[in-house]
Amino acid sequence: MHSEPRPYWHPIFAGVLLGLALLLTILVTGHGLGASGAVTRLAAAIGAWLAPAATAANAYLGGYVKAGDPLVGWITWEVLGMLVGGLLGALWSGRFRAGTVERGPRIGRGRRLALAFGGGILVGFGARLARGCTSGLGLSGGAALGVGGFVFLIGFLVAGFIAMQFVRKEWT
Amino acid sequence: MSLPAYESGAWAALFLGLLFGIALEGAGFASPRKLTAQFLLRDFAVLKVMFTAVVTAAVGLWLCESLGVIAAKSYFIHTPYYWAMLIGGLLIGAGFAIGGYCPGTSAVGLSAGRLDAAAFIAGMVVGVWVFAGGYSWIAPLYTAAQGPSAQTVYELLGVPAWLIVLVMVVVVAIVYRVAATVEPRFGGQLTAKDIAEGTAEASGHEPGGAARAHHV
Repeated sequence: MHSEPRPYWHPIFAGVLLGLALLLTILVTGHGLGASGAVTRLAAAIGAWLAPAATAANAYLGGYVKAGDPLVGWITWEVLGMLVGGLLGALWSGRFRAGTVERGPRIGRGRRLALAFGGGILVGFGARLARGCTSGLGLSGGAALGVGGFVFLIGFLVAGFIAMQFVRKEWT
Repeated sequence: MSLPAYESGAWAALFLGLLFGIALEGAGFASPRKLTAQFLLRDFAVLKVMFTAVVTAAVGLWLCESLGVIAAKSYFIHTPYYWAMLIGGLLIGAGFAIGGYCPGTSAVGLSAGRLDAAAFIAGMVVGVWVFAGGYSWIAPLYTAAQGPSAQTVYELLGVPAWLIVLVMVVVVAIVYRVAATVEPRFGGQLTAKDIAEGTAEASGHEPGGAARAHHV
């Protein structure tokens, strides 16, 4: 039996802490927090390994390969920090669950993994099109009062509500 | 020392990422059920935490600029590309409802032990390849409807920055008020215990078990 997990933080506490981390990031680096940029670098690195010629010749990913190791960049270090932070938080709070497939009560592991993969494709594509994700464009862009961040957030919230009407059974 | 410091080193990146990861996990955002409960109207944690963070940082930046600690717009602000950012946002919203994560939350989902987060990340890598493979066709959309460089909402609307920050504070208060009435109607907030029990049951870690017998 798993030990009882500690409760999640109150949303105001979590939000203020996240906001202060974002403010500190902007003051220290001159830009916000991100996430999807590390996935772009990972995609370039795996591409360069599987299909070096095609990746180097690609109009979008080629630049990452030509500049040296595509994985080396600020965002990679930041996301590595996130992985460590998430792990420490989950371990400390008793919320770490090794190897679980989290899903609603009416869906099997295989189907959940397939839907996670499919949703990931949409998000990976969408983040490249938008030039950022919920972190880099929505959160960081919104804090900077950038128009782009708010345009992104409107799209994110509208599509999230609409798509949920079709996948309700996955979660409930 | 002048701010922003434009520090681009790995140690600062690791440390700031560490804070980001701890905050996301603490909010419960390593759990795709907690995250997607936003769009079931059951648990507004995503909107609450995100908007609170945006307002906290925006107020902090406004204070820093007013006190002359940093110069206005001395940090990165995206240049808007209206269509690409709107459609990209739509795709990420849909992918979040279907896949259960966004890029940042999938990172903490993975480090909290979720295999579905690993599947989501693999999907994102494929999504980047699809984008890169079709880039010559996508490029016109990618660069369409470009706004002014680093355009802000207060510049777009021609109002002072503090007014936008004030409106955002009001919006956050409204979100909390609306959530308090809507959440209970759709099942109520998901606690860490709800997530742990649901996960244990769904993963077959505890078939039957004491919790279920208790209800009988």
